[in-house]
Amino acid sequence: MSILVGRNTRLLVQGMTGNQGIFHTEQMIAYGTNVVAGSVPGRGGQWALGNVPVFDTVREAVSATGANTSIIFVPARFAPDAILESADAGIELIICISEHIPALDMAKVRAYLDTTDAMLIGPNCPGLITPGEAKVGIMAGHIHTPGNVGIVSRSGTLTYEVVYALTDRGIGQSSAVGIGGDPIKGLNFREVLEMFEADSATEQVVLIGEIGGADEQMAAEFIKHEMKKPVSAFIAGQTAPAGKRMGHAGAIISGGEGTAAEKIEALRAAGVAVARHPEEIADLVAQNL
Amino acid sequence: MKLHEYQSKRIFAQHGIPIPDGDVATTPAEARAIAERLGRAVVIKSQVLVGGRGKAGGVKLAKTPDEAEAVAGKILGMEIKGLTVKKVLVDEAADIRSEIYLGVVLDRARRQVAVMASSEGGVEIEEVAANTPEKIVTVHVHPLLGLQPYQARNLAFGIGLPKEHVRAFSKIAQGLYETFIDSDAGLAEINPLIINGDNQLQAVDGKILLDDSGLFRHKELAAMRDPDEDSPAEIEARQSDLSYIDLDGEIGCMVNGAGLAMATMDVVKLFGGSPANFLDIGGGASADKVTAALRIILSDRRVKVVLINIFGGITRCDEVARGIIEAIRTLNVQVPFVARLVGGNEEGGRQILANANLITASSLSEAVQKAVAVAKGESA
Repeated sequence: MSILVGRNTRLLVQGMTGNQGIFHTEQMIAYGTNVVAGSVPGRGGQWALGNVPVFDTVREAVSATGANTSIIFVPARFAPDAILESADAGIELIICISEHIPALDMAKVRAYLDTTDAMLIGPNCPGLITPGEAKVGIMAGHIHTPGNVGIVSRSGTLTYEVVYALTDRGIGQSSAVGIGGDPIKGLNFREVLEMFEADSATEQVVLIGEIGGADEQMAAEFIKHEMKKPVSAFIAGQTAPAGKRMGHAGAIISGGEGTAAEKIEALRAAGVAVARHPEEIADLVAQNL
Repeated sequence: MKLHEYQSKRIFAQHGIPIPDGDVATTPAEARAIAERLGRAVVIKSQVLVGGRGKAGGVKLAKTPDEAEAVAGKILGMEIKGLTVKKVLVDEAADIRSEIYLGVVLDRARRQVAVMASSEGGVEIEEVAANTPEKIVTVHVHPLLGLQPYQARNLAFGIGLPKEHVRAFSKIAQGLYETFIDSDAGLAEINPLIINGDNQLQAVDGKILLDDSGLFRHKELAAMRDPDEDSPAEIEARQSDLSYIDLDGEIGCMVNGAGLAMATMDVVKLFGGSPANFLDIGGGASADKVTAALRIILSDRRVKVVLINIFGGITRCDEVARGIIEAIRTLNVQVPFVARLVGGNEEGGRQILANANLITASSLSEAVQKAVAVAKGESA
């Protein structure tokens, strides 16, 4: 077992025939992911990569192939529509790779998704992987190895860095989930931690956060009160200059300024071991084995 | 992206929010002409994209057109927090009876837009939040419903606004919410919203921050960008679709991915070095982006060593290495390079870099330690 994706995943790729879409579809199939369909409006009836059927609509793809998970590679301005199309077609898990979606569009999408059963990961994320079973994302599969460490992260390449260090030490991963760096997104740290806590294949968890917002503080609350499995963490941006992204009015409402120091303090108070640099995560994880 | 006060207020006015009569001047003579047209005392306000303009002497009253010309002459060209004043806003001076705060902001924790009001206008809202948080009233707006009339009234009554102003206030709150939505903003703020001598509400000062991801559908707003908001290097970076922020250190960093770029800066600091910049070249590492990134890093004369950390994964390291060598060749580089590449054909990539006399490393810590040593004049 593991979380969210695995052998039961039947993947639909939205925007399959674009450059990104076709490249990563090929990579995911090579990893062993069960890619059952693609959807591209106007390309219905074609085949991609030899044997993957392409449909005009997600609804047709779902009814013809039983797809239960979708991954989105369309440009930002079409991505909110793609997410909603998947949710309405009964897809259970939607992974949105696209970046630069306006935040107000995501606020609407998220408000609608909350009225459905669909779960969203992303946008602006690398996707997720259950090593040895399924890769639904753009990460390099070969740096992962099956094991018992769950990983949840707001970052892409920084996650690869941590995974690489773990694999290098012979420490495998149950699932690695990139939740993305946008202000409004689907699953957050808290929900993914909940899944790892309940997952029998996961023995400990690594959380990789960064400055901005208060997602890590909310995760710390959950860890403190509801988690038994050990958690190690790294927070990026300890030396980042203040005020480069968002004015302070946003921070007031979130209950803080979103600095790395603040997040590290909240995590330490929840009993989380916080690494000073990404490679040190592997040492902290090894201590829990 | 930030908008100036005068730009923000013009957008407010388009949404039915009352603002003082006034106009923008780039010369003292223009300021004089505006004051003459207004025919009354004016306030001359420097238009720079930083806070604390008043304290820096960038906001002054002028009673006559002569005075307006003289004051504008002093403020234009003035330096405020490193920015030169190129424009002043000449507004009719307001007779301020009381000051209110009204702001619309994206609350990422609630995934909704929040509208905040306070009876304590005229000071930074952060200050109010820290000292008297009970004086801030907030309502959250459902994204599919928009701001409801009762919510605007809740704000008005919540801050103890006299009954006679509730209707006008509600209209302004609605206008500010629409401004926020219509311009894909991250923040739209009126501070202060005043009650003037004629017992009318008026937006005397304000600002708008835009969500850069929304600019593709707001060409007219994108055109308002003040090139002085960013350094020349930051502007060049944006044109090359790179994310770059100037810092004070001496180790130039080129990294793929924002999280890893921040983490690389953190590790530089941890090992006693000081990063010259934040630079994210994006997920992959194409040759043209590598060249643009290195050109920007090397334009910073303080850079003593360049640290490259590319976690390619799927990307082939030998291709990235060739891109780096090509860029170094075209750029006539004088400083040493430390590079660490991870991904397909890593060994091949390292070989190409070593052959071109670059210092290589296999882990992030090793790469950073070597870069810090070089920056300090030691051998790596």
